[in-house]
Amino acid sequence: MPRMNLVSHFEAAFIFALFSSVVLGVVTKSTDRERLMYGLRCFAYFIGSVFVIGWLMYFGHR
Amino acid sequence: MANKSPQPEVSSPSLRVWAPAVALGWLVPGGGHFLLKRSGRGSLIGLSVAALFLLGLMMRGAMFQPQTGDLLTTIIYTGGFIGNLCSGLFYLLAIWLGYAQPDVAGHVHDYGTKFLVAAGLLNLLAIVDAYEIATGRKN
Repeated sequence: MPRMNLVSHFEAAFIFALFSSVVLGVVTKSTDRERLMYGLRCFAYFIGSVFVIGWLMYFGHR
Repeated sequence: MANKSPQPEVSSPSLRVWAPAVALGWLVPGGGHFLLKRSGRGSLIGLSVAALFLLGLMMRGAMFQPQTGDLLTTIIYTGGFIGNLCSGLFYLLAIWLGYAQPDVAGHVHDYGTKFLVAAGLLNLLAIVDAYEIATGRKN
């Protein structure tokens, strides 16, 4: 099994957000359009949270 | 005095209706949806759970073993074990093939551990979805 050692926090969070949003979109809504929109919204919330929490931690450590 | 209208009987769906979809959905992520002829959604679920689980293995994430002790330890380790177990065949294969990564420090390992648990928890959502489709509560 190849190892994956060089992955940044952002890359890992991005991958996690991407696949989690796909599943959340697929299992929650009833039409394809609603699924797509919900998945995109979840992804945006995940990435937005990464930036907000990242900046909060940056200022918290100063 | 108003007449009481007869209440509709709420019967639990038969085990034979939902058990195959739930069992297959646990064993093979997305398999329950395939069984219920929702192959597009099944493919997306299978791909996402497989990708998260394999990336978790490549990051050398640790698998949880159930532990008891104080409340937090019990919740984290038992919950993590249940999360791992929900990945179905991926988890069973990894264990049978001897994957045993100790919990070590480092953000990559840490993300790997979370990826492994998240893969199982997302599959749990997919299993619940397959159950609801099989019982007719959802399209």
